[in-house]
Amino acid sequence: MTQRIEACFAKAAADGRKLLIPYVTAGDPSLDVTLALMHQMVTDGADIIELGVPFSDPMADGPVIQAACERALHAGTTLSSILELVERFRQSNADTPIVLMGYMNPVEIMGHEAFAQRASAAGVDGVLIVDLPPEEGGELLDLLKAHGLDTIFLLSPNTPEYRVKKVCDLVSGYVYYVSLKGVTGAATLDTAEVAERVAAIKSLSSVPVAVGFGIRDAESAKAVGSVADAVVVGSAFVTLVGEHGADQASILSTVGGLLASMRQGLDSLKA
Amino acid sequence: MAPDDRGHFGKYGGSFIAETLMEPVLELQEAYDRYRLDNEFRAEFEWELKNFVGRPNPLYHAKRWSDDCGGAQIYLKREDLNHTGAHKINNTVGQILLARRMGKKRIIAETGAGQHGVATATVCARYGLECIVYMGEEDIHRQAPNVFRMKLLGATVVPVTSGSKTLKDALNEAMRDWVGHVDDTFYIIGTAAGPHPYPTMVRDFNSVIGREIREQSVEHTGRLPDAIIACVGGGSNAIGSFHPFLDDSEVALYGVEAGGDGVDTGRHAAPLTAGKPGVLHGNRTYLMEDEAGQIIETHSVSAGLDYPGVGPEHAWLKDIGRVNYTAITDTEALASCHKVTRTEGIIPALESAHALAYAEKLAPTLTADKNIVVTLSGRGDKDINTLAELEGITL
Repeated sequence: MTQRIEACFAKAAADGRKLLIPYVTAGDPSLDVTLALMHQMVTDGADIIELGVPFSDPMADGPVIQAACERALHAGTTLSSILELVERFRQSNADTPIVLMGYMNPVEIMGHEAFAQRASAAGVDGVLIVDLPPEEGGELLDLLKAHGLDTIFLLSPNTPEYRVKKVCDLVSGYVYYVSLKGVTGAATLDTAEVAERVAAIKSLSSVPVAVGFGIRDAESAKAVGSVADAVVVGSAFVTLVGEHGADQASILSTVGGLLASMRQGLDSLKA
Repeated sequence: MAPDDRGHFGKYGGSFIAETLMEPVLELQEAYDRYRLDNEFRAEFEWELKNFVGRPNPLYHAKRWSDDCGGAQIYLKREDLNHTGAHKINNTVGQILLARRMGKKRIIAETGAGQHGVATATVCARYGLECIVYMGEEDIHRQAPNVFRMKLLGATVVPVTSGSKTLKDALNEAMRDWVGHVDDTFYIIGTAAGPHPYPTMVRDFNSVIGREIREQSVEHTGRLPDAIIACVGGGSNAIGSFHPFLDDSEVALYGVEAGGDGVDTGRHAAPLTAGKPGVLHGNRTYLMEDEAGQIIETHSVSAGLDYPGVGPEHAWLKDIGRVNYTAITDTEALASCHKVTRTEGIIPALESAHALAYAEKLAPTLTADKNIVVTLSGRGDKDINTLAELEGITL
């Protein structure tokens, strides 16, 4: 299964296309809406989907994703039910890679082995644990790899060169460059600085580089897409989900609409 | 001896943090490794403890209360007599000296009961550094006098409205602030938890408590105590009291958690007694959590113990059996608080009252020639509103 993400980047590279990776918090406002939204996002141009696993104490997230976590947890979402969601998604989509993004504790409680085994069986492709730096990965990383799951890590503007190398050596799938020093949903980004940092990362490693944080519309997606292999967008979509309560139709149309405009922005970069 | 060079106490501890915090945390590790052995730094720390904090504080023989309990002699380690009224200042003095050497101009902190916030605001005022304290909205109401104290000292107190609006959420918010201001900001964590090197550093700065207990116990009784009791929230006064005695197997060590309404009711703050290992706030340790790994709300009459985690060294000391961890309910702690106030003329903090209540249980099981030391981690002035409210009195 590890091939889905790799294949996705390989195909995009061949087509001169930039990948668009939306993030949504699973179970916000319900797992059924998340499922419908995942399919909608694929229709509107998502290449990979990052599914947020809600946590009670999301220390690296800003208010938008904190609120999404609270809504999802209030609806009874658990890591276990998210794995079932991925299984349901896989019944009608065998191609779009799914990355689970969240915090360490729900994985700890499920157990490293059980998580790796169940995530792989459900059709998950990659795992990004925000509060797990590679230095603490140890046994869990080995288990994820053994079950064919990609291990994605973050790089930030203040990651020094020696750690960029170290992190990229342990990454599979793609590395996620956080475009600013701050929590999710914060501030705006400096495209020139991002370009410089992405170039530096690319000079040290051949893994694809996705860039996230601070991208909220077609214009910023295009600006980042011009220097990165992929663009990750989270808070902008999660804000829209939060604005529409349980109204699935509005969630699908507004998120889908914004995503489609970003897709167009990225596609306008082609040759 | 624990921890290893990356801050692991057995399987506990470590650095479970987002990438943006890796650099500042590594920078802090490097600075601490350098200055902990630096003579000038150590001398300045000692000077501050003596002249600003007022150490050494006494080891006091609570004779009337010992007689009442019947059995062992009980000695109180008077951390309540420190400047600002609790052990918290030992650590903030140490960290502010480090922050100054690292050239950081902006200090952030989290606080629950407000004692750590006051201790941080105090050292910031002393050195003219900007101070921002994150405090849960719930705690701001419970601990109004300390909020005002921090403001008097020039700190900005930021109410935290996310999650359960208590200490753990204040910690989350301080971490988020740090992620956004890594270049100029020093985060003074108030307990022996968080990513490496905090658990070790906070322990080391508080170990002055245990070192003084050693000396003073020998002065008073000619030998080391038979038992030491301290309350455990995050566990900084306890680890500071215990650490100098870990190799003295004849000294029994007791850590007392907040049993709230009773450990069997689920409404408590006793992760070591009734929790499971997990990962939160940068370290692996025992946590109060549900079966899906979400952190659950804690309950304690004492705001300073109202925390769902505990320092990783305590988790390890529990597993290896060196320290006995137990819990005391709100009711038991309140009873001992009143008892010690009336018998010894000392109003203890509700946090410390948990340790006192366990001493009341332990003392009668020992003979009169045995000596127990209880770390009286703070004074109870900050709790008078809570105590009055419980008796239906509005101050």
